[in-house]
Amino acid sequence: MSLSKLAGKGVYVQGNDIDTDRIIPARYLKCVTFDELGPSLFYDVRFESDGTSKGHALDAPQHKGAEILISDENFGCGSSREHAPQAIQKFGLKAVIAGSFAEIFHGNCTTLGIPCVVMDEASRVKLTADIENNPESEIIIDLEGMQVICANAIYPIQMKESTREAFLSSTFDPLDNLLGAKAEIYSTAKKLGYA
Amino acid sequence: MGKNLFQKVWDDHVIRQLDNGQFQVFMALHLIHEVTSPQAFGMLKDKGLSVAYPTRTYATVDHIIPTDNQSRPLADDMAEKMIQVLSEASREHGIEFFAPESGSQGIVHVVGPELGLTQPGMTICCGDSHTATHGAFGCIALGIGTSQVRDVLASQTLAMDPLKVRRIKVDGELSVGVTAKDVILHIIRVLGVNGGVGYAYEYGGSVIDAMTMEERMTVCNMSIEGGARCGYINPDDTTFEFLKGRERVPADFDEACEKWRAYASDSDASYDDEVQISAADIKPTVTWGVTPAQAISIEELVPSPDEVEGLDKNLINDALGYMKLEAGAPIKGTKIDVAFIGSCTNGRLSDFQAAAKAIEGKTVASNVRAIAVPGSEKVDKDARAIGLHEIFEAAGFEWRKPGCSMCLAMNPDKLVGDEICASSSNRNFIGRQGSSTGRTILMSPVMVAAAAIAGSVADAREVFNLTEETS
Ligand code: SF4
Repeated sequence: MSLSKLAGKGVYVQGNDIDTDRIIPARYLKCVTFDELGPSLFYDVRFESDGTSKGHALDAPQHKGAEILISDENFGCGSSREHAPQAIQKFGLKAVIAGSFAEIFHGNCTTLGIPCVVMDEASRVKLTADIENNPESEIIIDLEGMQVICANAIYPIQMKESTREAFLSSTFDPLDNLLGAKAEIYSTAKKLGYA
Repeated sequence: MGKNLFQKVWDDHVIRQLDNGQFQVFMALHLIHEVTSPQAFGMLKDKGLSVAYPTRTYATVDHIIPTDNQSRPLADDMAEKMIQVLSEASREHGIEFFAPESGSQGIVHVVGPELGLTQPGMTICCGDSHTATHGAFGCIALGIGTSQVRDVLASQTLAMDPLKVRRIKVDGELSVGVTAKDVILHIIRVLGVNGGVGYAYEYGGSVIDAMTMEERMTVCNMSIEGGARCGYINPDDTTFEFLKGRERVPADFDEACEKWRAYASDSDASYDDEVQISAADIKPTVTWGVTPAQAISIEELVPSPDEVEGLDKNLINDALGYMKLEAGAPIKGTKIDVAFIGSCTNGRLSDFQAAAKAIEGKTVASNVRAIAVPGSEKVDKDARAIGLHEIFEAAGFEWRKPGCSMCLAMNPDKLVGDEICASSSNRNFIGRQGSSTGRTILMSPVMVAAAAIAGSVADAREVFNLTEETS
């Protein structure tokens, strides 16, 4: 499965420094599998304590079925919990566009096959305005051409080259690759006195 | 041109470059806990894989463990299940598990160093962002996600990009009442919560050189709060002195020290960036907002959105709205409901010693619920041995059993409603302490002690009459 091109409706969750505690509050980390996390995504900003909706963008009828999350600077900062990207993925979102990403979150997303795409503020302002005006607009993330296309506009995007390469070649999950070097791992372990 | 520590440790542990340009890096030590790791064993099972180097991985429980009644089965079924899954997986794969009441259980970042598992020159990883703590010993210590925990279990390696290194030099002398916690809160305030993205932070300078290992751990712990991938301090005699005699250090300790010393950055090492911080600028620091960079000294006023432009204006407005604080008002005097001393940032023996010394003979204000939670069973034992628990209890603190507790409130220790907590932990994120409207003010243990006694955010130097002579 190559992830060089992704398309879907977008939803904008405004704010800088949105941390992983907000993406998935700690009480939902009580689990031994990630399967049930989708509904708890952004729970405390979406729902009152009695479960009534606060009218968050993710729950707005016009954004139902959105597959691309857009946010601002330093998205995913804080805890290393993979529960955060897992919740994003299980909720049905396939990619995140933001001004910048916290590193551990970025790495977790990559391994799960969720592209984290960096877009500058001016582009984000225009893109999110487009979505506000026409929530049905399709956003196309093109990692080959390093651009996002939406409503006839083209926005430049950025991604670390090794990450982009991993998506283009479908090697974003590194495990098989890592396991291919058993002998070299052993010799390094031996050299360092760990085997 | 010499090399810095990051480069030396990296070069020693790199196995090969991968096709996408990343590197495969050997992990010398892998620590696991019950929240982020059980799922990784499930992933291994799905792929029919086993643990490659089980003796390089150690397990403990910390996040969900209650700090009052730890008798099993735990009252919370899911918490019990998480511990069971971890303990069974550890047994099945031959991983050593530091169970409650083994004498070695505790917060994963307290346990590693105190057992001497954490050693200079290592690459260390754990499914926990505060793994950065171990960098205090001159390690590359990385927080990782669960899929990476799986990778390390299966291969003892990670795929990663090299980091840039920023040297942060803190020079001068800290004034009385200013602690390691204030140093790191100040650094994050200056460099911002995402200032460290792409970097390892190397802390140095006369202030860092003079710090104890426990203080150095406090500093490195919060590197992640500044956006850095990890933080470290070059190993020196202070490091070796701390490790000497610990349970898991190499038998030929002197030889190990020589090897470890060689990992320290060369004097002519180059850095991608350098930052100079003056100790004289650092005062007792507290947060006022919902990120650790939203911090001010105890003498300052809560900032006003009118002072800034653009997105920052929204950030301040949102933070003030959530914290229910008034722009332009002093932070000092803000009433608190809860005082928490503990966590992997400030839950070690010296943290409790400092707080105990300050509160001895004083009483916690009647409006405050105060808890002291040792970072590990060893910390608890050592504190009890010198009677610290009695000083805390006499002052009106509860002395609890070890765990993460109110740092992230996955156990029963939680804020209620919009309570304000003066906390020695590391994150003041929205909802962090267990209530979606709960509020956190980060500060040093001594400042938490002062807030507990005063009933409101206070200047420890005033509450405890700290002067140059008494310090
Ligand atoms: S004490 Fe807090 S920050 Fe440290 S490991 Fe536990 S939950 Fe994480």
